[in-house]
Amino acid sequence: MTRKTSILLNPSERDLLMPPCLLVDAVGLEARAAELRKRSWKKEVKLEAIERAISMTDLTTLEGADTPGRVERLCQKALRPDPNPDIPPVAAVCVYPNLVATAARVLEGSPVEVASVASGFPAGQVPLPLRLEDTKMAAENGADEIDVVISRSAFLSGRLEQVFEEVQAFKEAAGPARLKVILETGELGTFDRIAKAGWLACEAGADFIKTSTGKVKINATPATALCMLHVVRDFEAHSGRVVGVKVAGGIRKSKEALHYLALVLETLGPSRLTNRLFRFGASSLLNDLIRQWKKQKTGRYMGPDDVCLD
Amino acid sequence: MRPTHPLADAPKTFDYAPSLEDRSIVEIKDRYRLYIGGEWVAPSTRQYFPTQDPSTEETLSEVAKAGPRDIDRAVRAARRALPGWAQMKGSARARILFAISRILQERAREFAILETLDNGKPIRESRDIDVPLSAAHFFYYAGWTDKLDYALREPGHRAAPVGVCGQIIPWNFPLLMAAWKLAPALACGNTVVLKPAETSPLSSLLLVEVLEEAGVPPGVVNIVTGAGETGAALVAHEGVDKIAFTGSTEVGKAIQAKLAGSGKRLTLELGGKGAHLIFEDAPLDQAVEGIVRGIFFNQGQVCCAGSRLLVEESVEAKVMELLKNRLSTLRVGPPLDKNTDLGAIHSKEQMGRVRSYLQAGQDEGAVLWQAFFEAPKKGFWCPPCLFTNVTPSMKIAREEIFGPVLTIQSFRTPQEAVALANNSNYGLSAGVWTDKGSKIFALSQQLQAGVVWANTFNQFDPASPFGGYKESGFGREGGLHGLLPYLAQR
Repeated sequence: MTRKTSILLNPSERDLLMPPCLLVDAVGLEARAAELRKRSWKKEVKLEAIERAISMTDLTTLEGADTPGRVERLCQKALRPDPNPDIPPVAAVCVYPNLVATAARVLEGSPVEVASVASGFPAGQVPLPLRLEDTKMAAENGADEIDVVISRSAFLSGRLEQVFEEVQAFKEAAGPARLKVILETGELGTFDRIAKAGWLACEAGADFIKTSTGKVKINATPATALCMLHVVRDFEAHSGRVVGVKVAGGIRKSKEALHYLALVLETLGPSRLTNRLFRFGASSLLNDLIRQWKKQKTGRYMGPDDVCLD
Repeated sequence: MRPTHPLADAPKTFDYAPSLEDRSIVEIKDRYRLYIGGEWVAPSTRQYFPTQDPSTEETLSEVAKAGPRDIDRAVRAARRALPGWAQMKGSARARILFAISRILQERAREFAILETLDNGKPIRESRDIDVPLSAAHFFYYAGWTDKLDYALREPGHRAAPVGVCGQIIPWNFPLLMAAWKLAPALACGNTVVLKPAETSPLSSLLLVEVLEEAGVPPGVVNIVTGAGETGAALVAHEGVDKIAFTGSTEVGKAIQAKLAGSGKRLTLELGGKGAHLIFEDAPLDQAVEGIVRGIFFNQGQVCCAGSRLLVEESVEAKVMELLKNRLSTLRVGPPLDKNTDLGAIHSKEQMGRVRSYLQAGQDEGAVLWQAFFEAPKKGFWCPPCLFTNVTPSMKIAREEIFGPVLTIQSFRTPQEAVALANNSNYGLSAGVWTDKGSKIFALSQQLQAGVVWANTFNQFDPASPFGGYKESGFGREGGLHGLLPYLAQR
């Protein structure tokens, strides 16, 4: 049994110095996040940043209508987003567990990983054994990464211990696969809670903490990302373990992606600007990144048919 | 096994490319005369002095040096214009003030670039703070013009203007300070002789175009450029009914002595040594942002800067770590670069003053920490500076430095924090950081400062009065309180 998280210990046992990330002033956090939106990206640096953003993208399809054919096409797009070989492949393709085997077959031997959502995604309102089975099967079918959801029901009703233990169990079920823990920040209501949930997930063994499923009204926001970057920074200082951050849901434009990169760069430094530690969960973002990359290269804007569909 | 992704390794360094604002959109004349009675007139002194870009030491333009005869001419022009302006219907004056606000917004980019060139402040600040806030001040006071009777404390009286106002403004926020002074004065029906600082006159002179386009009648605003003696001549002139001064405490005291017994009204907005209190129950990441905004905003050349950091001892180490990390990401560089956080120190003189304090602090035994920075050969530069091992008796803990220099002391209890914060000759601003609302209410009652910010710092709004206690001056600018110095009661 892993040791308990410091949040759950009673005050006398808890770390006397609470990590700064656990107390958040919403106004100040939003203001700082907004300030970095105005960073100006130009020239080669902009190209490099767009390439980085592409390399950090988890190209995602999570629809009831997903078919093996559709997933195969998406995987091809992930491997080669554009005929231009200077445009790098994305980080991973993210699908439902049923389609993991299909994706794994297409992506075999490539640098693009297979990610699967699991654990009763998106609501997590399924009995724990089923959530664990779901996770185990995704891993067995060849997922390199598994995106699980925390039980917001448990978290919001104060059963933090349960959330912690469930994430530990997901970690075990995922085996060697990387575990991304979705906090579903849009349902948590306050930044204090987002930080607390993020900290719990880190302590329980998450390799990444992720904002959202993309299935609720409020998804990733720059302030949420900043809050979670503070969490992984403090967690590294506390435990020595480096945890990544994934922002997901509603990110469609290059400009937004660059804003997130500025947040990472100016909060944690350039060493975090890698797909090992930062990811975008998105579908339509990729084509806008390609469009902006080409604009930067050629000076001309591309039409909708100058980038290929997935 | 998968092959490694081609971009899996993080870059060693990563930096934004230069992104300079286009200065060619601002037309700067080779030479500016004095603006008196709606006309540009040559100074009686026949002298002009240069004004420079502090980041390159390049001369931008030459401006006229106003002598006592020019001041006399300006005051008489303002006197002649007074009846017409004062008797104009409030709603008509409102239309003109609203127009000033609108035109300022339309020409915001131009004003921001000019302000940055002449002052050295980063374009990010002139674009996002100085210019929009200037427009907001005119907008706010435009709304008061037809409601002035209701601004008086005693109902049943009629509001009237004070008369001819001499307004002397500093170099740290040239346009914004002009707006803070002009907007309430004009709203109340006064006429004005405005003296911008000798090192940053250009935005006030460009403002003339806005005033004319908005329909301000000739003589209502007169602009006389020059240094201290020009200001002294304005203060001494018998035809002036009120003096408003923003600047150093030393000059403020001299003005007050000079005006004693003259019957002229006076408001002073002087120096400060703002205390910034960080408690252990504060949201520390945001508090660090507040510290940065408090002391590195405008290179610390802000009268209400939070230049004394007082930290609860239990979180001092953590705050220092967060702060140093944050400061190493602050970007000091060309003010016109959109990614610059800290621009140039305003002048050679100011640079010398900051340097002398950095020396004095070290001589007194404080420990200086500076963020890494390679200064360009030209221009006046100072990276963010922190002083630790500071004791309350040191010069750097008592005197206003007016630069990007923060002194850090610790405290143990809220009572001690208040005692340390109030142990100053100044009383302009203070900041409190705690997540506990009750503590904020208790402390804001006890801190002797004109403004107490809670969980923020250097936040300005035209509807909120601003001004000082003790040697930070008297009179308020902004809000209803900002009207009163410009109103007489009939």
